[in-house]
Amino acid sequence: MTAQARSTTAPAVAAASRRRARGSRRAARVAALVFMITATVLWLVPILFALYVSLRPVEDTAQSGYFSLPRHLTLGNFTDAWTQSDMQRYFLNSVIVTVPAVLVTLLLASSVAFVLSRVRMRYTLTLLILFTAGNLLPQQVIITPLYRLYLLIPVPEFLSENGLLYNSYAGLILINVCFQLGFCVFVLSNYMKSIPHEIYEAAVVDGASLWTRYWKLTLPLCRPALAALATLLTTWIYNDFFWAIVLIQRGDKRPITSALANLQGQFVSNQNMIAAAALIAAIPTLIVYVVLQRQFIAGLALGSTKG
Amino acid sequence: MALQSRPRARGMTPRDRVLVGLMLGIPVLADLAFVWFPALSSVVLSFTRWNGIGGLDQIKPYGVENYRIAATVDPQFWPAVQHNAIWLLVFVCLATPLGMLFAVIIDRNIQGSRVYQSVLFLPVMLSLALIGIIWELIYSPNYGLINSITGHNHDDNLVNWLGDPHLNLWAVLVEACWRQAGYVMILYLAGLKAVDPSLREAALIDGSNAWQTFFRVVFPVMKPINVVILVVTLIESLRAYDLVYINSHGPVLPGLELLSILVTQNILGEQTRIGYGSALGVVLLVISLVPISVFLYQTFRREERP
Repeated sequence: MTAQARSTTAPAVAAASRRRARGSRRAARVAALVFMITATVLWLVPILFALYVSLRPVEDTAQSGYFSLPRHLTLGNFTDAWTQSDMQRYFLNSVIVTVPAVLVTLLLASSVAFVLSRVRMRYTLTLLILFTAGNLLPQQVIITPLYRLYLLIPVPEFLSENGLLYNSYAGLILINVCFQLGFCVFVLSNYMKSIPHEIYEAAVVDGASLWTRYWKLTLPLCRPALAALATLLTTWIYNDFFWAIVLIQRGDKRPITSALANLQGQFVSNQNMIAAAALIAAIPTLIVYVVLQRQFIAGLALGSTKG
Repeated sequence: MALQSRPRARGMTPRDRVLVGLMLGIPVLADLAFVWFPALSSVVLSFTRWNGIGGLDQIKPYGVENYRIAATVDPQFWPAVQHNAIWLLVFVCLATPLGMLFAVIIDRNIQGSRVYQSVLFLPVMLSLALIGIIWELIYSPNYGLINSITGHNHDDNLVNWLGDPHLNLWAVLVEACWRQAGYVMILYLAGLKAVDPSLREAALIDGSNAWQTFFRVVFPVMKPINVVILVVTLIESLRAYDLVYINSHGPVLPGLELLSILVTQNILGEQTRIGYGSALGVVLLVISLVPISVFLYQTFRREERP
């Protein structure tokens, strides 16, 4: 009796559950869509709002607040921020610090990674751990002694006008290089380990020296990883705030990101202009965002998913 | 054995040996001198007292006094510890799961995935200084977006989001999560893309639904990336600094104290206390050793055995 009942109802139950499954799948899909659209709109609000405020004259918003209809929109805040502050100087400082820092980091990291992954020797793992762990330390753990060190270490005059690492471009480049080294060594040594052995054996048979194997063989093969890391490093070093705030005393020597703190003080009564200045400062990273987004994401992927 | 050592002998001329020495030596020395030496010096200096004036001979032993002062005298220390803990909890319980949820949904290729990903990722590219500045427009008491919409923008009923010590930490945490969720999303997407698609197909054929497939098949396979994300989350919440600095406009506002901020107060503030600043740095160091060890253990465990 029960067996009979089951046999007649089973197909119906199965069909119903399939229908229910399809229904709930569609409901889940709609819910996911609604959730993502809501999140995306919410995520855009701060940026679009900043853009809106920066396009309005301060007289307008002082009267009716930022959240009001515009009487007129103007680029005045952008041109004022650009001309009434030393922004050009700050941008130049950013270039002076970021470009050498990225190049030196990649050069040093790739040479360490090459030796660690391609030369048989002892302590390979220890050195890899040393670099990787160093990159994970919070900057504030090392800043107090580093700050004193920067006040003690003499450097030649052409690198720093006060003869110290403190308050010099050279010092800022140096700490950015040292701090980013660990991450790049980690990524590049993983990447180099994935290059097939046979290529190197063939190169050795052909009489390629160690230097040739590094410079002419390994580096070209690592081009995708180097491009991704260059994108990441440029963004990170350009966006650095902490090192420059502590290690560069004079406002006019600060790169643009840390100089935003100075501009905040300078334009204290005009938030619209501060927003405009901040958005101008974001232009280089926005270019990276539009043009090199894939590289940036590839770099993060290389760092987080180890083969 | 003999076979293995032969390539080494063949490959290493004296010139090569010098080259290897340089390629390894310069970066290792730089890393030791400017990362590890300061980190270890923090530990030594934390048992001394020095106001930074005069030479290194002015450094006097101070025992554990700096730590005692931190724990019992400094009125900012315990609030800072508490705020760091809250920061960490909010990142672990809110920003990170949110970022993972974004990633899982985007990975299922629903309509408009690319748009969502690009928008949610945008804050990751922006500097925290910029993020702090643009959120001030939202939180501004008289003119800001939130108070204007909720009608709290009159002088008698202002909500001071960034000034009120009961509110400001949460307000800044919203800014921080706005960025962190996108960061986690990108990392997690990279991990999801690396999962073998046949695993998922097999689970679906076995009759698992999407949730079961994710929690029983995908999530366990992604253990390495989960650890990376956990480590990133913990380290980022210890490093938090820029947003508080920008939103404080000067000396840190009550309610926003963080260990990282107290560290720099002792070197940049009115009075320089190198020993005390170092002791606070050591507290950060000890906490950060936990995620660092976890990461190193997971990453290098397998390589120890040749």
